[in-house]
Amino acid sequence: MTDALEIQGLTKTYDDGFEALKGIDLRVEQGDFFALLGPNGAGKSTTLGIVSSLVNKSGGSVRVFGHDIDTDLSAAKLNLGVVPQEFNFNQFEKVQDIVTTQAGYYGIPLRQASKAAEKYLRKLGLWDKRDTPARMLSGGMKRRLMIARALVHEPGLLILDEPTAGVDIELRRSMWAFLEEMNRQGTTIILTTHYLEEAEALCRNIAIIDHGQILRHTSKRELLQQLHLETFVLDVSEPLAEPPALEGFSVRVTGEGALEVDVEKSRSLNEVFVQLEARGIRVMSMRTKANRLEELFIRMVEENSEQAGEEGK
Amino acid sequence: MTLSAIWTAFLTIVIREVRRFMRIWAQTLLPPAVTMTLYFIIFGNLIGSRIGEMGGFDYMSYIVPGLIMMSVITNSYANVVSSFFSMKFQRSIEELLVSPVPHWVILAGYVTGGMARGLGIGIIVTLVSLVFTRLEIHHLPVMALTIVLTSALFSLGGFINAMLATKFDDISIVPTFVLTPLTYLGGVFYSIQLLPEFWQGVSMVNPILYMVNAFRYGILGVSDVDVTMSLLMILVFIVILAVVALNMLKRGKGIRH
Repeated sequence: MTDALEIQGLTKTYDDGFEALKGIDLRVEQGDFFALLGPNGAGKSTTLGIVSSLVNKSGGSVRVFGHDIDTDLSAAKLNLGVVPQEFNFNQFEKVQDIVTTQAGYYGIPLRQASKAAEKYLRKLGLWDKRDTPARMLSGGMKRRLMIARALVHEPGLLILDEPTAGVDIELRRSMWAFLEEMNRQGTTIILTTHYLEEAEALCRNIAIIDHGQILRHTSKRELLQQLHLETFVLDVSEPLAEPPALEGFSVRVTGEGALEVDVEKSRSLNEVFVQLEARGIRVMSMRTKANRLEELFIRMVEENSEQAGEEGK
Repeated sequence: MTLSAIWTAFLTIVIREVRRFMRIWAQTLLPPAVTMTLYFIIFGNLIGSRIGEMGGFDYMSYIVPGLIMMSVITNSYANVVSSFFSMKFQRSIEELLVSPVPHWVILAGYVTGGMARGLGIGIIVTLVSLVFTRLEIHHLPVMALTIVLTSALFSLGGFINAMLATKFDDISIVPTFVLTPLTYLGGVFYSIQLLPEFWQGVSMVNPILYMVNAFRYGILGVSDVDVTMSLLMILVFIVILAVVALNMLKRGKGIRH
């Protein structure tokens, strides 16, 4: 089956000489939910900008559902929906007009465009606001408006650049549910996000990009298996002042008197509980300390920065 | 894109442009009507009655074609330059850039939008002029062709200005320091035959003089310049500006990094 997105040797050097992409390769299969992660300035938005024709590439090739953007740009664009990081609609236009106008740009006649606009505005909870000028919407509504606009021509590949930035937690969860539903229905989704729990919750495959290079391009499962240890926070019945000495485990006490225990992949959690039980410490509840993907991400980016620093010397 | 999809995309741009200038009618449609009414009252009636005839017509009748043309030129230009630059500024231009609309359709859509406003204002000013004077059309095809081509030409000019502009100041420089002087010196209010020979020669390098006179020929049947040459010149300028604008769109000048 043709990949939804295939990028080969993509390079981008801006007019000021900044090399944003240094020859990246990326493959996203049809039906995938894919995360492109990286720190600020890593090259995420430049990559997505090139795919969506907002940035001119310096070299390499990009194919969307097999359509090369150099030779078959129109077909590539028909298969692509883009939700950018920043609001990019006319603030004075009404919500419904923004969505139907976008459909018109894809050659969809007004009657059909109005139906599609209604469908997505209803799904995203904006139908009641259809006659409201866009500038009157809240930040979360504006984000959802951009999603409705990107979907109105029913693209096979949806690209979202930081879709939940500045969105409250409740709305973020409902947007996750919506995107998961779109993905289940067959839409391939690529997102960039700073909320790594978002990528961990939604995506099946992940690429980590830094300094214009892909550091890792693999499945989320494989990536998470690389974690050698995980940190658990244990809330205990009596807050502790000093950490108990647990054989084979590193233990700390948090400000609230809870315990932080590092557990290696090869060890069983039962061993922790047995040792705590022996010391008369009762565990009332337990949670993982940090998002696992975040740990990996930070480690990889730090390693890459150190390497880049050494190369620079 | 199929032909019917291209047509839909073109209409979408045009409708959006028309909706924009209709939504802000108090800024777009009303001011030219008020300004031209004042021109007709002051220059046509009050001062014009003391000037007497020009080119064989009373002064009011003589300046009507020029004033209509001036309104069409400024409004065609202003519509495209402000609309397209505002899209760049708000980044809503990206809506078009991510879509499969071909560049020539984007250009045609904006130019048609500019022409819709320019010619619409032309009709409003013509209706206002009928309150003050009688208009008899001498040569309808010349009149119509001149006004339509001139409107297209200045819409293209507005488009290029918007592509090059990086701040709001940049979209008022050309209208204020180039278009307005050229229009006022382009024979709107006088025949260049009134000028000394040297200044007649200088006036002949002003392209707006040819447009005003071709249009005046269409209405009154008098012109300071050759009408066929005027029309050909407008056409050549249209082709040059269209090629420049398309090339800018293709390179993404000011709209793509």
